[in-house]
Amino acid sequence: MANYPIVERLLAGDRRALARIVTLIENNAPEARPILAQLHTHGGHAHIVGLTGSPGAGKSTLVMQLARELRRREQRIGIIAVDPSSPFSGGAILGDRIRMQELAGDPNVFIRSMASRGSLGGLATATRDAVRALDAAGFDTILIETVGAGQAEVEIVRAAQTVIVVTVPGMGDDIQAIKAGILEIADIFVVNKADRPGADQTAAELRMLLSLDEQRKERAWRVPIVKTSAASGEGVPELADKLAAHLASLRETGQLGSRSGRQARSEMLALLHQALLDKIAATISTEDWNRLIDEVVERQTDPYSAAGEIARRIGLAAAQEQD
Amino acid sequence: MLVAKPGLDGHDRGAKVLARALRDAGMEVIYTGIRQTPQMIVEAAIQEDVDAILMSILSGAHMAIFPKVMELLRQNGVDDVLVMAGGILPDEDIPAIEQMGIKGNFGPGTPMATIIEYVRANIAPERLTQDLAPLRSGGAAFDTQESQQSQAAQ
Repeated sequence: MANYPIVERLLAGDRRALARIVTLIENNAPEARPILAQLHTHGGHAHIVGLTGSPGAGKSTLVMQLARELRRREQRIGIIAVDPSSPFSGGAILGDRIRMQELAGDPNVFIRSMASRGSLGGLATATRDAVRALDAAGFDTILIETVGAGQAEVEIVRAAQTVIVVTVPGMGDDIQAIKAGILEIADIFVVNKADRPGADQTAAELRMLLSLDEQRKERAWRVPIVKTSAASGEGVPELADKLAAHLASLRETGQLGSRSGRQARSEMLALLHQALLDKIAATISTEDWNRLIDEVVERQTDPYSAAGEIARRIGLAAAQEQD
Repeated sequence: MLVAKPGLDGHDRGAKVLARALRDAGMEVIYTGIRQTPQMIVEAAIQEDVDAILMSILSGAHMAIFPKVMELLRQNGVDDVLVMAGGILPDEDIPAIEQMGIKGNFGPGTPMATIIEYVRANIAPERLTQDLAPLRSGGAAFDTQESQQSQAAQ
C-alpha cells in the first residue's frame, strides 16, 4: 500500500515529520508500528556508529567534532544523544545539545535528545527505532551517544555497526582494562583528552589488553586506538578515517550482513518477549496473579508450577508436555 | 520542554534551577545552554519536537529577540507549541509580549510550583493527533485495539 502522508513527508526531507515520528516511537504510540514498518523498507543505507564511555569522558564534544569532520566530507549526519531519566520522578535533563551548538543551523545535521526512560543498557528502548527513522530519512552516518556508561552497559552493540569506546587518561589501572564488558565491545578505542598526562600510558594499556585477546588476533579487523582531544579537534580526522575503514572491513568480510542478522534476531526476540507479556497481561487477571504469588509465598506451590499454570492458560503447548 | 537562554546573557542559574524543578516534576527537559540565537532555539524545538519552549532572559533584549523567535516558529509551521518566558521582563512590556503569543511570563520570585502547574495546564493535549488523522481514518494496515479506542475517542 501507499506510504502514509507523514512517512512521505519524512522521505521528502521534512524535519518536523521526522521529529514527530521519533516522538511517536518514544511514546510507544499505536501509530508507530505501521509507520516503522514502512520506514524499514526505505532504510539500510546509513552507517550506524555508537559512542559509549564513562560520564565526563567527552562523548558529546567528540560527537560534535566527529559530526563536523564528517560534514567536511559531505555527509549528512543524524545524532541521537541519550541521557538518563530520573529513577524517582521519571523526568530528565537532556544537556547534550549544549556541547553541540557549533552544529546548530546546519540543515544537514539533525540532533535528537532522548531520555533513557528506565532502560538499563545505556540506550532508550526507542533508540533503535529512532535510528530506523533517521536511516529512512537518508542520513549518511548516524551517531548514537549512549548514557554515560560504566562496565556493563553494552546494549549499543545491538544498535550500531561500529562501536567507539571513549576512555580518558587516569581512569584506573590495567586490571580495569581486562575486566569483561564494555571494553570487549569496542571496534575503535578513543583515548580522549589526550593532551592530559597519562594518555600514552592509557593507550599502551589498551594495546596490551588487545594483545591478550587471542580471538581478536584471528579477526580481520585490528581494533585501532586513536588519541583525540575533542576540545581542540585533534585526532578527529584520523578517527573519521578509522570509521570509514571499519565500515569497509565489515563489508569486505561479510560481517555487515551477519551483524544485521544478529541485530534483527535480537529485535524480533524483544518484540516477541513483549507480545508474550502483553498476552499474559490480557489473559491473567490481577487477582489470579496475586493468588498465585500468595500461594508461592505461603509455599503451597512453587514458582515453577505457578509459572507453568500461567503458560498453560495462555495456550503454550510446551507447558502441557511438562505435566 | 525546551529551556533556552536567548541572547548575550550568561546568567543561567535561573534556567538551571527551572530545568531541575521541571525534571523533578517528571518532565524531560532539553537545556540548550547560553547564548542561543532565535534560529537555534526554533531549530532545537523542531528537532526535539517539544511541547513547550521556556525562554529565560535577563539582559533586556527580549523585545528584540522574542518577535524573531515567534516569526521563525510561524515560518516553520510550528503552531502547537506553548511558548513561555521568564526572567527580567518589565511590566510595561508584558502586554506586547503576550500579544506575540508568549504566555505565562514569570518574573523573579515565582514559585516553581506555579510554573509547573501553568505548563501542565497549558500544553496542547492533542498535539500528536493532527499529523495522524490520515493514519487513523485510513486504517487498513492499522487495526490494533488501541487505534480503535483512539478513533472512538475522537
